[in-house]
Amino acid sequence: MQLDAKIPAGPIDKKWENHQFDMNLVNPANKRKYKVIVVGTGLAGGAGAATMGELGYDVHCFTFHDSPRRAHSIAAQGGINAAKNYQGDGDSIYRLFYDTVKGGDFRSREANVHRLAELSVNIIDQAVAQGVPFAREYGGLLANRSFGGAQVSRTFYARGQTGQQLLLGCYQALERQVAEGRVKMYNRHEMLDVIVIDGKARGIVTRHLVSGKIEAHMADAVVLGTGGYSNVFFLSTNAKGCNVTATWRATKRGAGFANPCFTQIHPTCIPQSGDYQSKLTLMSESLRNDGRIWVPRKAGDDRPAHQIPDDERDYYLERLYPSFGNLTPRDIASRRAKEMVDAGHGVGPMKNGVFLDFRDAIQRLGKETVEERYGNLFQMYDKITGEDPYQVPMRIYPAPHYTMGGLWVDYDLMTTVPGLFAIGEANFSDHGANRLGASALMQGLADGYFIIPLTIGNYLADGPRGGVDENHPAARDAVREVKETQDRLLSINGSRSVDSFHIELGRVMWNHCGMSRTESGLREALQKIPEIREQFWSDVRVPGSGDDLNQSLEKAGRVADFLEFAEVMCWDALTRDESCGAHYREEHTTDEGEAKRNDEAFSHGAVWEFNGVGQEPTRHEEPLTFENVPLSQRSYK
Amino acid sequence: MKLKLHVWRQSGPRSKGDFETYDVEDVSPSMSFLDLLDLVNERILLDGGEPIAFEHDCREGICGSCGMMVNGVAHGPEKLITACQLHMRSFSDGDEIWVEPWRARSFPIMKDLVVDRSAFDRIIEAGGYVSIRTGSAPDANAVPVPKPDADRAFDAAACIGCGACVAACPNASAMLFTAAKVAHLSYLPQGQAERLERAASMITVHDEEGFGNCTNHGACQEVCPKGISVDYISRLNRDVFRATLAGVGVGRD
Amino acid sequence: MRRVMTLYRSSVGKKIMMALSGLILFGFVVGHMLGNLKAFESWDGVGPHPLDTYGQFLREFGYPLIPEYGLLWGVRIALLVAVGVHILAAVQLWSQSRSARPDRYRKEKSQVFSYASRTMRWGGVIVAAFVVYHILHFTTGTVHPDFEYGSVYENLVIGFQNPLVSGFYVLAVGALCLHLYHGLWSVFSTLGVQNPRVDRIRRPLAAVISAGLFVGFAVVPVAVLAGILTLG
Repeated sequence: MQLDAKIPAGPIDKKWENHQFDMNLVNPANKRKYKVIVVGTGLAGGAGAATMGELGYDVHCFTFHDSPRRAHSIAAQGGINAAKNYQGDGDSIYRLFYDTVKGGDFRSREANVHRLAELSVNIIDQAVAQGVPFAREYGGLLANRSFGGAQVSRTFYARGQTGQQLLLGCYQALERQVAEGRVKMYNRHEMLDVIVIDGKARGIVTRHLVSGKIEAHMADAVVLGTGGYSNVFFLSTNAKGCNVTATWRATKRGAGFANPCFTQIHPTCIPQSGDYQSKLTLMSESLRNDGRIWVPRKAGDDRPAHQIPDDERDYYLERLYPSFGNLTPRDIASRRAKEMVDAGHGVGPMKNGVFLDFRDAIQRLGKETVEERYGNLFQMYDKITGEDPYQVPMRIYPAPHYTMGGLWVDYDLMTTVPGLFAIGEANFSDHGANRLGASALMQGLADGYFIIPLTIGNYLADGPRGGVDENHPAARDAVREVKETQDRLLSINGSRSVDSFHIELGRVMWNHCGMSRTESGLREALQKIPEIREQFWSDVRVPGSGDDLNQSLEKAGRVADFLEFAEVMCWDALTRDESCGAHYREEHTTDEGEAKRNDEAFSHGAVWEFNGVGQEPTRHEEPLTFENVPLSQRSYK
Repeated sequence: MKLKLHVWRQSGPRSKGDFETYDVEDVSPSMSFLDLLDLVNERILLDGGEPIAFEHDCREGICGSCGMMVNGVAHGPEKLITACQLHMRSFSDGDEIWVEPWRARSFPIMKDLVVDRSAFDRIIEAGGYVSIRTGSAPDANAVPVPKPDADRAFDAAACIGCGACVAACPNASAMLFTAAKVAHLSYLPQGQAERLERAASMITVHDEEGFGNCTNHGACQEVCPKGISVDYISRLNRDVFRATLAGVGVGRD
Repeated sequence: MRRVMTLYRSSVGKKIMMALSGLILFGFVVGHMLGNLKAFESWDGVGPHPLDTYGQFLREFGYPLIPEYGLLWGVRIALLVAVGVHILAAVQLWSQSRSARPDRYRKEKSQVFSYASRTMRWGGVIVAAFVVYHILHFTTGTVHPDFEYGSVYENLVIGFQNPLVSGFYVLAVGALCLHLYHGLWSVFSTLGVQNPRVDRIRRPLAAVISAGLFVGFAVVPVAVLAGILTLG
């Protein structure tokens, strides 16, 4: 596997500019002759499809949802970063770049991150022009807030629904291209394979989720904007449909998968309320600005919160991190909460949460101010738990939320399979080992609106143009394989539901490859996963047929892929024998119990090559160099 | 809690459907309504049946995928939530619950509780956007937008496209959905250039898709999980009227 | 005209026509009620009653500039057109709505704003039937027991002395006012009158106006039955 990142020459702030000039161009009159497939209609896929359509490419866009507007980008709450420096508080492209590299714990590619910071400003212009109703000040100009512990106010937001508004902007742009006939939408089509011909991605295989029709779609290039894989844990804040299928099938066709063990756990989610639960709900991180996190000092203390006097409460984040207190970064806040619960200090009926208490904030600021700041979040919490956060402290617990890992891509966002591109959360590029708050939307849109529409031309200018159709042997083989897998799933007729396997896998992954990891735990997981997989393939029950709407069958295919992918994740976590960012190996901690990086041995991206199901994948490395941001240890004391 | 659930089962778009009854025990009040359906499905599956098909995704009330009539009310008895945010504590032990799909000619039933809402996409396609080329936008702060306008635009833009408005409307009208998008863009300076054409062309497609008309019943506003106001319909009407006066054709010749 | 026709083709256009024709009819209803109240004007018992004089004034308005009955027929034609448009639009909208939901809900709990909005269509039919009766009763006298052309007051008193007829009138006027209540505030919405200040008082205003109309109309038959209005 060749890993050439193709980073353009020149100083960091000139690389993208130079590259835009150096790239090959496709003649405008010829663009319509190039067919591009885009899979996924979230911020990255939707923006990419819309812009490529606008440029004149013949775009065919696929989503498994009933409408492009349902993509999970819609659920992002907090905001989107941009180095606009509208607040005049010293922000700059360089500072955003610096913060992102450092926040990612030095496991991302400098050149990509700098480009992201440069493009961040264009995104806001674009979104506002589309009619995205960002929050505004009374003077009519855009408002900003500081988010996730950033030292500057660079986050643009639309109440708690920034992702929704940005996605709708993007969806509208996409529908405009559909109306103009430049993008053809394929709703309710799930991508199930990539077709590779002569080493190049030339199409995909899809299943129409209503008619069950499995067919090949050919193209000159394929772009995956298919999101992340947090649902490998079963319980996560991701939508139920989020899955690894597209990126995993690409991996099986030769695309390298980078840093799969970099998964982010969000500290402020509502704890699980019972075994029946299918999904965890995120509460905006902004709650930590005023809420105080604590647990009872005594393990197993069953008293209601208000009966526990202050000296019997442990405000552990304030105790351990006097200067950052409750605002420590996501990974630290999450890990400490888990430690507390594991040590028996958990609260709530299932003893699986910690308190996030607004008692003092209400006393200090008054109920009205608290309501103004967090009213909608309190209401949401009340709806879900039936508890009133004005009266009793909220209970929170960390939950899987975002995956920094993804398909390895070069500077042009192309995977190791020529003609196959990955954008947004589906690729690994910009966040390193830990993503900063409000950076996911930024990356998705930068990739979709501003990068892929240009870099795809660089490939297509002297890449494929037609010449293959659905009858090509490779296409027919791929279709046949997909059908075989489906038939196999339908014929097992075992005794357990798909969900029960997913839950079982999720538990293994959460326990051994979740917030903190150990060598022995990962080895145990590597033993258990194949066992679950084997059981799945001999005892799963998928009712119905493949010829109509069959949600059990859809789920089965996705869980089957998780069961293969999970192993690579564990291999990655095992071989990355250091702690960095969200990847926390208990063996590698500082004296204070913080993550301890090993830059000499692991300053690289780990890229996995598929060798067959159940076979140990091959690990490749893309060395990372840091010329612009000096390597340093994070400290939040 | 113990509940009796009557769920509409229909195997395909053209087949005849009917209610099927499921007795469910061990329902926890902290379950969501969709958790309950999951639970029922797990049992149906293990009993050798085919699980109930229903659409869902984010399960936090923002993606707009889920939606069903629960005891005759779109998204169920509580205000300002989607079906996935409905929790079983809103019911009591022994309750009977009737679950039906959205019903409208423009939302054909595909299976059980799943309907086809692609008509909404086509309404947006007709003009629910600002024609702006990527990369050509002026600086975001070049045009100030008064805060009250931005807030009103946001209130309209909060629509999640779930279809509850159509489901609840006695006329199966999608006027609230259409109006929300027209109003959202009409409050912003960026949306002015195409304002009248947008209203005229979106309402034309709305009618062509076979939705009913608005008779100001207000049922849509009552069930809208995002609380979108019927006042936006009034704004839509005005824009359509103005479009006619300006000679922008409504309907197709 | 072409613009009006294209507008009419859309559902919003039909609604706008409905609102405009409704407004015309509303104006007539208000005028009619004010005219009715002339029944209470003092009368010496001999000579023509002020109500009769008013009737004559309507018949002879503008004469000789315009022919006798000119205004009356002008208004009648305008009203007929308005009624026609109103009913035509209503029928078309109703059929559009019906076809928009061919398959009804098996279980449904209405979420509509008010009883008035729910009864618009049947209420409209009842009002229309009443209007026909009313014309046969007091305009042509066809169903009046003792009709005398031009003696408006006498016809009115004799007509209302039958408690069944009076009761029916009060009920019908109630239906009309319920129809107007929903119709009136709908007009604001349909015609796009949008102003946060107006929005808030839309409903109360509609309620006050329709209640006022109800009292104005109902007071006449009630007064006849109560013996306040007599043949003199």
